[in-house]
Amino acid sequence: MTLAVTTVDLARIQFATTTLYHFLFVPLTLGLAPLVAVMQTLWHRSGDETWLRLTRFFGTLMLINFAIGVATGLVQEFQFGMNWSVYSEFVGDVFGAPLAIEGLAAFFLEATFLGLWIFGWNRLPPRIHLATIWIAAAGTWLSAYFILVANSWMQHPVGYKIVNGKAELTSVWALLSNGFALRAYLHVILAGLIFGSLVMLGVSCWHFLRGHNVELYRRAAKLALIVAVPVTLLQLIVGNRFGEAVTSAQSMKIAASEAQWNTCQPCGFSAFQIGGFTEDDQTPKFSITIPRLLSYMATGSFDGEVQGLNQLQAEEESKFGPGNYMPNVRVIYWSMRVMAYTGVLMFLVAAVGAWLYWKQKLERARWFQRTAIVAIAFPYIAATAGWILTEMGRQPWIVQDLLRTEDANSPSVSTATIAFSLGVFYALYITLGVVDFVLMRRYARAEPPELGEEDGEAAVPAVGY
Amino acid sequence: MDLQIFWFCLIGVLWAGYFLLEGFDFGVGMLLPFLPRDERERKAMFETIGPVWDGNEVWLVVAGGATFAAFPAWYATLFSGFYLALLLVLFFLIVRVLSFEWREKSESPRWRATWTWANTIGSVGASLIWGIALANLVYGVPIDSDGNFTGDLLDLFSPYTVAAGITVVLLFAFHGATYLTLRTSGDLCERAAATARRLSIPAAAVGAVALGWTVAVAMDKNDKDLFPPLLPAALGIVALALAVLFVFGRRSGVAFAMTALGTVLLVATLFTSLYPRVMVSSTDFANSLTVEGASSSHYALAVMTVVALIITPVVLLYQGWTYYVFRARVGGEEVESPVELAERATGA
Repeated sequence: MTLAVTTVDLARIQFATTTLYHFLFVPLTLGLAPLVAVMQTLWHRSGDETWLRLTRFFGTLMLINFAIGVATGLVQEFQFGMNWSVYSEFVGDVFGAPLAIEGLAAFFLEATFLGLWIFGWNRLPPRIHLATIWIAAAGTWLSAYFILVANSWMQHPVGYKIVNGKAELTSVWALLSNGFALRAYLHVILAGLIFGSLVMLGVSCWHFLRGHNVELYRRAAKLALIVAVPVTLLQLIVGNRFGEAVTSAQSMKIAASEAQWNTCQPCGFSAFQIGGFTEDDQTPKFSITIPRLLSYMATGSFDGEVQGLNQLQAEEESKFGPGNYMPNVRVIYWSMRVMAYTGVLMFLVAAVGAWLYWKQKLERARWFQRTAIVAIAFPYIAATAGWILTEMGRQPWIVQDLLRTEDANSPSVSTATIAFSLGVFYALYITLGVVDFVLMRRYARAEPPELGEEDGEAAVPAVGY
Repeated sequence: MDLQIFWFCLIGVLWAGYFLLEGFDFGVGMLLPFLPRDERERKAMFETIGPVWDGNEVWLVVAGGATFAAFPAWYATLFSGFYLALLLVLFFLIVRVLSFEWREKSESPRWRATWTWANTIGSVGASLIWGIALANLVYGVPIDSDGNFTGDLLDLFSPYTVAAGITVVLLFAFHGATYLTLRTSGDLCERAAATARRLSIPAAAVGAVALGWTVAVAMDKNDKDLFPPLLPAALGIVALALAVLFVFGRRSGVAFAMTALGTVLLVATLFTSLYPRVMVSSTDFANSLTVEGASSSHYALAVMTVVALIITPVVLLYQGWTYYVFRARVGGEEVESPVELAERATGA
């Protein structure tokens, strides 16, 4: 291995940076948008102004967050062509369609109806105004579907044939109903709801801790917990089932995520290990293993067989020629564990919170309130680890079994150019992140304003671009 | 009609829609440091585009997505080739998005002035580069026989392409002024109208030159006949001339219609001049990317055609409805902006 940084390395670092960054903002929008819509609906149905104040309060947070999603989303669409022109030409016939449809069907909905929602409070009839936030929320969920259809095709290509060295779409139905995509979609939507509900819970707990308007935030915490408990639990199950889909489509990714060097049956799950992450060092110095659990997670049966890295490597070499077909085992092993363990923690936080709420102790349990504030970070950690697992676990392929990452970058773009653009993105994104964090914190800590005296004013939220 | 031609036209339409809609957003942004007398008027200007700018920008996102899907080879060469120019566009657009979101978040005059300028710089910068970039498609850039761009950022600058960039900036400023004349009230509206009058003659003159120049470049570099590019170019010149007449005749509705039409016809002239190629190679004309050579398979195009034919009318309907909802003029004393109401309600 050489130490020289190649164009491909820089292009990968840029993609990882901009994409992971973008995905810090996307899931919170996916989760907060429907939650805000629910709160506004509760206000609309009951006329109870507590819900209106909560709608405004969390609506403001949603919009600050949404703006960064929009700003960083533009980069996403451009950089396929900018850094990965060979890839773009190879996949465009298949991959481009869901991307174009995402813009046409989903982005227009989100952008237009959020604009209507923000500025339409005293211009639209209340029912229609309520509809705009629901439609905007639907737009965010729709966009997630199309982009995951595109990404899942890179993990598990379906509905295509290779013509003149390029992928050509043969069945749009196969593309849209790709089992991998449907599972990934469910996984991401649940992640979004976890983001939304845990942020709501954490913010409410912050206000409990300060003794602000306990009545108001009890409502918010209740709604957050009603969503968080089932959703965090469901995510553990869905995440596990998603693992099975990965096993059949990307055996190497699963083997790497378990640092499973040799084929086993039944296979124990390594909960923690030291060493055993490289070809030269395949046996861990220390490990805690739970018997048969890996077999169950990977195949759905406690007696299932899981192929090992060594066997898969030999198999791939006979199929694709000499080369290294293993992803970075250490990174994949730990990103899998960080994601899964954080997932369990999030469920525990939600469950304990619900129990405390049930016992009417939530407003007084300071230790839990502090925990819930810290837990705001958990979904961010889990989602980042999840994407590192998904994308780095596919290496050396950019499109599984069809195109290698090292062959997919833009030949016309020099190392210096990417280094320069990487510098620009880092400077811009760090500034953006700092200001966004300060704003989010300020607006999350502010007490929700009292409503104005006149009805017309009362209906205007503290939002706006 | 051949689906490849249909998609080439559709991408032209998407760019035209983007120029028409985001064009006046950019124009409003460019006038921000000059037109308003106080903070209230600046807010009013922001409010004329506040509800719609994001939806307008989606036209660009869809144009990009459609290029990727329908002409992967075009998307690949264009985006990797124009790398630094697009990086600049991204920078300008991101800064502009942030100005909408962050400007109102602090009372500090310096903070607000900074983000007002950020919006202006973002608007001017993005307009300039889009003009230069689209003009380069016709003018030609170094492309080798593998379809890879072999030049650098400086290759994008030539007298013609820079003139096209400046034209787009001026045209958008003019378009923004006619939009503001329609959407504001009182003193602000008067000044917007005066600005439209001042901008009209230079914008129309430069626009006419750029339109004519584009036809000449198409004949010289892209092996086109005088006709058909002459048709949209001539109509564009007529539209701009009428825009001048109407702004001086104080007929703000039709004046806006004419700046809109002029903007659309500029894109139409570029795309008509470009066909049947999508990028002209200056290295060897034979290396130019063509509609036929760069396109996706018939099946992929057919699928997207069905989707586009179903969804596009719906999008046009609800975007049109948005403009109807926010048709009221803003900025006069009698109309209170939701932003102000919100601020009063929150005490922010």
